[in-house]
Amino acid sequence: MSFLFIPFRIIGYVIHKFVRELGRMTCFLAASFFWMVFPPYLPRRIVRRINFIGVKTTVVILLTGTFTGMVLALQTYHALAKFGAESSLGPVVALSLIRELGPVISALMVTGCAGSALTAEIGIMRISEQIDALDAMALNPYKYLIVPSLLAGLISLPLLNAIFVTVGIFGGYAVGVGLMDISKGTYFGGIQDFVGARDILEGLYKSLSFGLLITWISSYKGYFTGYGAEGVSKATTQAVVLSSVVILVWDYFMTSILVA
Amino acid sequence: MIEVIDLYKSFSHQEVLQGINLRVEEGQILALIGGSGKGKSVLLKLIIGLIKPDKGKILIDDQDISKLRRRSLKQLKERLGIVFQGGALFDFLTVFENIAFPLREKTRMKASQIRDIVLAELARVGLSGSENKYPAEISGGMKKRVALARCLVMKPEIVLFDEPTTGLDPLIGKAIHNLIRECQRNLNFTAIIVTHDIPAIFPMVDRVAMLYNGKIRAAGTPGEIENTKDPVIHQFIHGELEGPISIT
Repeated sequence: MSFLFIPFRIIGYVIHKFVRELGRMTCFLAASFFWMVFPPYLPRRIVRRINFIGVKTTVVILLTGTFTGMVLALQTYHALAKFGAESSLGPVVALSLIRELGPVISALMVTGCAGSALTAEIGIMRISEQIDALDAMALNPYKYLIVPSLLAGLISLPLLNAIFVTVGIFGGYAVGVGLMDISKGTYFGGIQDFVGARDILEGLYKSLSFGLLITWISSYKGYFTGYGAEGVSKATTQAVVLSSVVILVWDYFMTSILVA
Repeated sequence: MIEVIDLYKSFSHQEVLQGINLRVEEGQILALIGGSGKGKSVLLKLIIGLIKPDKGKILIDDQDISKLRRRSLKQLKERLGIVFQGGALFDFLTVFENIAFPLREKTRMKASQIRDIVLAELARVGLSGSENKYPAEISGGMKKRVALARCLVMKPEIVLFDEPTTGLDPLIGKAIHNLIRECQRNLNFTAIIVTHDIPAIFPMVDRVAMLYNGKIRAAGTPGEIENTKDPVIHQFIHGELEGPISIT
C-alpha cells in the first residue's frame, strides 16, 4: 500500500525543499537590507564592487549591445519591408531595445560575467575561512560583502542597460542607414516620435530589479556554498542558471504589470 | 579565563561534541590534541562564537558566549583572536593591508599610526620587507605568520590557534611555536592551540587536553599526559597503530 504514497512523498519533498530554500533566500535578503540601513556605509567597498560588477562587464555590453541592435535592424527591416513600413525601423529597434532586449540581455551578460565571479569569490572566501575571519574580527560579513554587492548591482545594471541600449540603437542605425538606405532623419525622427519617458522608465525598473536579483542570488549561492572546489563550482553553476531563469520569468511578470 | 561546561554540538545527526568540559586559566597556553575530524576546530569556532552550541555553556570571564546578545557578543569578540588553519588571509589585499585591515575598520587611528604598528608587527613575526606581497605570493609558513600578526595587531586577551604548524616543515614549525610562545610572553594572552605536532608542542604549553569520542579524555600538564597509563592517550601521542583507537 505504501508504494502508492511514493509520488506524494516525492512531491512533498520537492515542495518542502523549494519552500525552505526560498525562506532562507528571503531571510538572507532581509538581513542584507537590515544591514544596509545601519552605518558604517563603506562607500569605497561599494565603488570597488561597481568596478567588479559594472566596469568589468562594459566591454561585453558594448559588443553584445552593438550586434543585438544590428541583427534586430536586419531582421526587422525585412519584416517591415513586406508591409512597406521600413520607415518604422528606428522606433521598432529602439522600443525593442529599451523595453525588452536591453534590460534582459544586459542582465544575462552581467549574470555570466559578474554574477558567476561574485558567487565564486564569495564561495572561495567561505571555504578558505575568510568570511569566518571577518566574523571573528567582530566585523559583519553582510556589511562587508553582501550589502556592497547588492548596492553595486542596483547602480550598475541601469547604467549598463543604458550603454547597451545606446550602442544597440547605433548598431541598428549602422545597418538601417548604412546598409538599407533608410535616411538618418527617418531613423532618429521615428525614435523621437514614438519613444516616451514611460518606455525608458519601464527599462529602468526592469534593470533595477534584475540588478537586485542577480546580486542577491549570486551572493546567496556563494555565501552558502558547499565544501571544496566542487561546492564552489556547483554554487557558481546554480547561481548562473537560477539567475538566468529568474530574469526571464520575472521579466514576463514585470512586463505584464507594466504594460497593464 | 575560558570555561567550557557540558558542551554538545552536532551537524546533520552527526554528534561531534558530546559533553565537553574544559578549563583554561588566564595567561595559560593549552594544547588541544585529538584525531583528525573529531571536532577540535569546531570547539574553537564555538569558543569564538562563530557557531552556536546545541547545549552547554562557554564561559569567557563568566560571560556565556552562546547566550550573549549581538552587541555584547561583538564587544566580547573584540577581546578574542583566532589564527585559522590556512591563515584565512584576504586574498585581494596585500600583506600590509591584511594586517592593517582590523585597525582600519575598527579603530580611528591615523594612516601613519597604522603604518607604524603594522611594520612593527611585521618585524615581530620576521616578515619585514614582505608588506607589498599578496597572500598568493608567499609561502605557507609566511601566511601563518601574517595571520598571527593580523590577529595580534588588535592585542587580544585570548588567542585560538587552529593547527598553526600543519603543512610546514619541522624547522618552520618550531619557529612558529617559538614565535607563539614569545608573543604570549610579551602580550600575556590566554591561548588554545589545536595541534597534531606531538610531542614538539609539549615544551611550550602549560597544559594539554585530548579530545576523544566527542569528550575530553584527559587534561593535565604535558608531563602528566606523556606519562599517562591511559591506553588511548598513550597510543595517540606515540602514534602507535595497535591499540584501542581504531583507524578508519
